Amino acid sequence: MGMIGKAGVPTASEILEPSSASLMRKRIFGHYGLMIGIGSLLVIFAIALLAPMLAPFDPLDQELSRKLIPPIWSGSAKATWVYPLGTDGLGRDYLSRLIYGSQISLLIGFSAMLISGVIGTTLGVLAGYFGGRVDMVVNFIITTRLSMPVVLVALAVVSLVGNSLWIVIWVLGLLIWDRFAVVVRSSTLQVRNLDYVAAAQAIGCSKMRIIFSEIMPNIMNNLIVVATVEMAHAIILEAALSFLGLGVQPPAPSWGLMISEGKGLMFFHPWLIGIPGAALFVLILAINLMGDGVRDVTAPENRN
Amino acid sequence: MLIFAVKRLAVAILVAITVSLLTFSMIYLSGDPAMALAGESATQQDIENIRRVYGYDKPIVIQYINWLGNALVGDFGHSHYLKTDVASVIFTRLPVTMTLGAAALSFALLLAIPLGVLAAMRPNTLIDRIALTLAVIGQALPSFWFALIMIYWFGIVWGMLPITGSASWLNFVMPSVALGYYVTPAVMRLTRAGMLDVLSSDYIRTARAKGLRPVAVLFKHALRNAVIPVVSLAAVQFGFMLGGSIVIETIFAINGLGQLAWESIQRADLPMMQAIVLVLACFYIVLTFLADLLNAFLDPRIRVG
Repeated sequence: MGMIGKAGVPTASEILEPSSASLMRKRIFGHYGLMIGIGSLLVIFAIALLAPMLAPFDPLDQELSRKLIPPIWSGSAKATWVYPLGTDGLGRDYLSRLIYGSQISLLIGFSAMLISGVIGTTLGVLAGYFGGRVDMVVNFIITTRLSMPVVLVALAVVSLVGNSLWIVIWVLGLLIWDRFAVVVRSSTLQVRNLDYVAAAQAIGCSKMRIIFSEIMPNIMNNLIVVATVEMAHAIILEAALSFLGLGVQPPAPSWGLMISEGKGLMFFHPWLIGIPGAALFVLILAINLMGDGVRDVTAPENRN
Repeated sequence: MLIFAVKRLAVAILVAITVSLLTFSMIYLSGDPAMALAGESATQQDIENIRRVYGYDKPIVIQYINWLGNALVGDFGHSHYLKTDVASVIFTRLPVTMTLGAAALSFALLLAIPLGVLAAMRPNTLIDRIALTLAVIGQALPSFWFALIMIYWFGIVWGMLPITGSASWLNFVMPSVALGYYVTPAVMRLTRAGMLDVLSSDYIRTARAKGLRPVAVLFKHALRNAVIPVVSLAAVQFGFMLGGSIVIETIFAINGLGQLAWESIQRADLPMMQAIVLVLACFYIVLTFLADLLNAFLDPRIRVG
């Protein structure tokens, strides 16, 4: 109680301490974009996890006698609640394929993001922390990577190496680490000259320890924002590769592949491309909203 | 300025050499290129012949130096599939892709800069909100899907625009939009941030205090400075667009470099694939080099730092 100043004015610590945590909570829950983003992402994640329970049919089960049934909102006489989103050209239930497709998008987005995150963060921290020659070399590697056209190189490599889900994941992961490296490098540069890093150096902490326990926690916010951007990027790229026929192979229910298969039939059955495309859009929008929200909440001063 | 330019040029050349090395090693990704080329029914004799004709029997270092030396004088070898000179095919296709890229970039800038300016003039109002919402939606639309949606409505249902080919400028409308809209969110955000920054600066206050017309302040004084970073972003994005046009060109059957790349990938036409990757990478390197020079010229802090 002795904290109260002489004139009865509370000291700065009394004003700030109780409020900062609740202020943060208020910012997080008051940010509609962040809430909508996290909410939708959780729903999609749950759908992917519970796919075997939610999907009414086997996504690979073909039945030509029931092909191209339109979705229920089409008003067509053929539409039925048995296949709420209709069936594709091979008579596979579109809803089941859509549900299982979320697994592929999330798996590829998350794995490619992890691979590129490890590569980019390592390069960025090394460049930012050690500076000098190391920084020059890392900058050179980043510039080289940026000058290689991503879609073209990914397509060429997949066509030469062969395509499987994991090859696509590795190719994407090895290609899209540049933004991680750029952002982590500049964040590390900002942090490394702060007092607590100097203090850690002064008490004799090893370089590894400083990087992992002083620098990494303090660049985490920026890292999360880049991670969301790159996860969305990887999902779009996988969809584009699968759309061109060099990503995930049929009969797997990748959303990009579903759009590709529906393309030839879109004149009379536009929903074949509309439904998987809308699913992709919602997933990417949710991830982006989450990323923008994290940025706004952790660094409101950088909002503009 | 000269020292900066020379240093930057040296880096650009080193990057180009590294890229050429990576591009060259691409042919060994599939294992033995001669075997891949010969096909499954080839005899050992056929494979040996191909190896000798294409020079795959020489040491790799010699192969690389030969390939790079020829590429430097514009000789990218012969296409395995088209049986013609790779360079001549590329140079007939390149103008189409450049036209598409330029049209896409113009569309993006014409949409993004006015929106960014409007948003910055009235921050946190309805206009600003709408512009930011459009940016968020734009970033979440996969371009190939957006292209198909446009084909469906504008090409088929309303019949307003041709959906394939590159015969007239009308053929370029949908592809340009599909390729360009993806860049608009980034350009818009940068314009908005730049304008907000400039509009709150002292010299704008002075200009206003002198009684200059608001329009003059906005366009003559503010926009000119706010748009500097947009120029280098546009250069970089143009490079990305040339690389990304492969998807759009395939969808709209535009006879450019992107479609050529796609066809070569399907035919496993290695010399053609290598040449296209190298040409596009070099374009990007030149573009970023020029953008850096321009930036350094406009902003002295860069060339000193």
